[in-house]
Amino acid sequence: MHDSLPDANSLPDAHSLIARLADAIAPTLAPDTLVVGIHTGGVWVAERLHAMLKCAVPLGTLDISFYRDDFSRIGLHPQVKPSTLPFDLEGRAILLVDDVLYSGRTVRAAMNELFDYGRPASIRLAVLVDRSDHELPIRPDFVGLTLAVPKHQNINLSRLDDGHLTLSLA
Amino acid sequence: MKIHIQNGRVIDPMNARDEVADVFVAAGKIVAIGHAPADFHANRTIDASGLIVCPGLVDLSVRLREPGYEYKATLESEMLAAAAGGITSLACPPDTDPPLDEPGLVEMLKFRARNLPGPRVYPIGALTEKLDGTMLTEMAELTEAGCCAFTQADAPLTDTLVLLRAMEYAATFDFSLWLRPQDVALARGGVAHDGAVASRLGLPGIPALAETVALATILQLARETGARVHLTRLSTRDGIAMVRAAKAQGLAITCDVAINHVHLSENDLVGFDSHFHLIPPLRGLRDRDAIREALRDGSIDALCSDHTPVDEDEKQVPFGESAPGASGVELLLPLTLKWAREMDVSLMQAIDLISWKPAQILGVPGGNLAVGSYADICIFDERVEWIVTPKTLSSQGNNTPFLNQPMQGRVRYTLIDGHLDFEASH
Amino acid sequence: MNPQLTPDGKLRHLLTLDGLPRAILTQILDTAESFMDVGEREVKKVPLLRGKSIFNLFFEPSTRTRTTFEIAAKRLSADVVNLNIATSSQSKGEAILDTVDNLSAMHADMFIVRHGQSGAAHFIARHVAPHISVVNAGDGRHAHPTQGLLDMFTIRRYKGAFHNLTVAIVGDVLHSRVARSQIHALTTLGVPEVRVIGPKTLLPTGVEQMGVKVFHDMESGLRGCDVIIMLRLQNERMKGALLPSAQEYFKFFGLTPEKLALAKPDAIVMHPGPMNRGVEIDSEVADGPQSVILPQVTYGIAVRMAVMALLAGGTA
Repeated sequence: MHDSLPDANSLPDAHSLIARLADAIAPTLAPDTLVVGIHTGGVWVAERLHAMLKCAVPLGTLDISFYRDDFSRIGLHPQVKPSTLPFDLEGRAILLVDDVLYSGRTVRAAMNELFDYGRPASIRLAVLVDRSDHELPIRPDFVGLTLAVPKHQNINLSRLDDGHLTLSLA
Repeated sequence: MKIHIQNGRVIDPMNARDEVADVFVAAGKIVAIGHAPADFHANRTIDASGLIVCPGLVDLSVRLREPGYEYKATLESEMLAAAAGGITSLACPPDTDPPLDEPGLVEMLKFRARNLPGPRVYPIGALTEKLDGTMLTEMAELTEAGCCAFTQADAPLTDTLVLLRAMEYAATFDFSLWLRPQDVALARGGVAHDGAVASRLGLPGIPALAETVALATILQLARETGARVHLTRLSTRDGIAMVRAAKAQGLAITCDVAINHVHLSENDLVGFDSHFHLIPPLRGLRDRDAIREALRDGSIDALCSDHTPVDEDEKQVPFGESAPGASGVELLLPLTLKWAREMDVSLMQAIDLISWKPAQILGVPGGNLAVGSYADICIFDERVEWIVTPKTLSSQGNNTPFLNQPMQGRVRYTLIDGHLDFEASH
Repeated sequence: MNPQLTPDGKLRHLLTLDGLPRAILTQILDTAESFMDVGEREVKKVPLLRGKSIFNLFFEPSTRTRTTFEIAAKRLSADVVNLNIATSSQSKGEAILDTVDNLSAMHADMFIVRHGQSGAAHFIARHVAPHISVVNAGDGRHAHPTQGLLDMFTIRRYKGAFHNLTVAIVGDVLHSRVARSQIHALTTLGVPEVRVIGPKTLLPTGVEQMGVKVFHDMESGLRGCDVIIMLRLQNERMKGALLPSAQEYFKFFGLTPEKLALAKPDAIVMHPGPMNRGVEIDSEVADGPQSVILPQVTYGIAVRMAVMALLAGGTA
């Protein structure tokens, strides 16, 4: 689905987007696929996907702070969260999940980190929103919503206290 | 040369004078104060309105670094720096290379100094040969060559018997001994005052005990022998109390402190800046405050600069490896004025501590503006503000803890023997 | 104006734990936590410091500290150069600043400095160019900040929090840069009671002013402790008339199972190493269930990685 001209009132509900993603992923999902969410928003999405897809393999999480390409400029993030991955990724199929795909650098960093853990058999990318202003040749395999957001605006996924996820424009 | 110093505020502690008056100089002497002598035609008139005219300063410790340490500073540079500081007479310690333990060396130094612009130089002779603390020097010969007193400077004298004999010998001739109380063993290895700051910084400490234990020995020996003793560079509250008590009991003893210790303390060591590495070490606030009070009540007799120019290479190393000492002959006056302002002490009393009192301790003419005395005069502006930088200092040693600090008060003219040896260019 | 921090409060050098805000200490510990996993992976590296040059400037020899810094730097993908500069009072050799200037010209990004003089790291930090960071790996008796940090990391791992602990540091505090760093860290992190235990000759003048309670009797000092840190006693102390003998020291200040029993039952025993068995600590305690001495060592790499990562970032 391609929508244009973002408008705060017309953003779809995050949970229905995730359901749409799950529907798209389910047919081709191998049973021992490792679902890995990228902190922080990607983990929230991955948690729901993991439940909806009824994965047997536990969810993995990835913090890419140590793999960012802007470390020299802006330094280390004040709150690095732990990555939780099984240490043996050798030959595994991975479903990498993030909330918003923008330049592609976060995904590149995540892939670099995954390869330092081991050599996966395959990596497929699922994102909730693709801003399509890519700076690197990285494209999602599954996407909930494609939306062109002007450079001066940001699209964010937030989690309320009760766990409900919402998309917003800022 | 006839000089007319016009309209300055003349402050002369010896004669208790503090008034605006003219001063007249001729043939190297002060010929009149107040009204011009008959037929006085000045070759030079100095307008001293708004300035203070006082006796040329007498500094009891200025290291000129010659002979032997010319890479740190030279006689020429340091004498000019002293003149820029308003100093007209100075005593220099014997810790040169070779040390001043022979009449020939003393005569050469005096000869060199006499032929250079700058203050009268009074060498303090070495108390022992090579300053090694074992054999006495020929004190009588050295006195004839021009020494005013005898000292070990900072070199150790550990054999109490040698110290006793030195005092007895000196007492025979009424020579003066200048002694810095420091127990060598207690001070061994230390580079800072043994207190909470050195403990925090992990710097080996020199306890106050190192001064008081040695002081007790010196005072007792002085009582026994009747030797004339002057204590140099006191630094502790307890040490000052001991001297005050000894004076009260009638012991004829004098003492001085270095001007840096009047203002600084161990707290200034916090950045490990080796410009604060001094001998004796900068001690606690209570010690500093005791010094400030003792200067006011007369327990401490004189202030000196303890000018010690050190090559920058010897300071640009970690604290414990640095050469101790601070340059400061040009800061003696403004730092004394600062103390006086902060302690609400009169200019007269402050100037006394750096002119008349030290002249008496040194036993030389000067330190006063009596008619008929040498025209050794300091004229300064007590209000002008300036910043201490390598450019504003004339000394070859820029190693002062007051680098980049503001100062108030600066010398405008220094006359020595009736010659204008220094005139400020600003 | 703390020489370790940038004007906006970020870490620029790590010279001492004295005066570092609690938030920064906590940030280092939290970041170290994240680095713990890296050592367990197949590729034990992250690319954070790739292209950066880290120079180990060791004026005082040390194998274990230098090695952990080297491993930590390499796990951050940095290039490491080791310089062991022999010090001898006779052969002064090149002045420290000349060495530093030469290495800076070779595009150094960070200096890890160990020196026998207190204040040496401060001195070097005053002179390096703005983009270079200095890490103090031990200067004289003054500080050993990364050791202090890894000791705090150890305490946090085993005890969870700092606000309810009683910690005792036993031994030669006078000569110990590790003890000074530990004291600053413990008081900054909010440990309510920090004790030092030792004979008068081995405790620095005015040590109470660092925020500690002084004990000369080890038994009263250990009562109720949650953490006991034993310091190494060096042989030289006997020569300096500070102590008569190692035997007498062990009798009164050595940690034995009996003395350990006076502390809380779940108290942990730490030692920055290397240990002198039978002098400050009994083998039974060192190898016993309450000792965390071996794990302490492993945390050193993660903590040093955290320090270097925090210093190197955001400097372009």
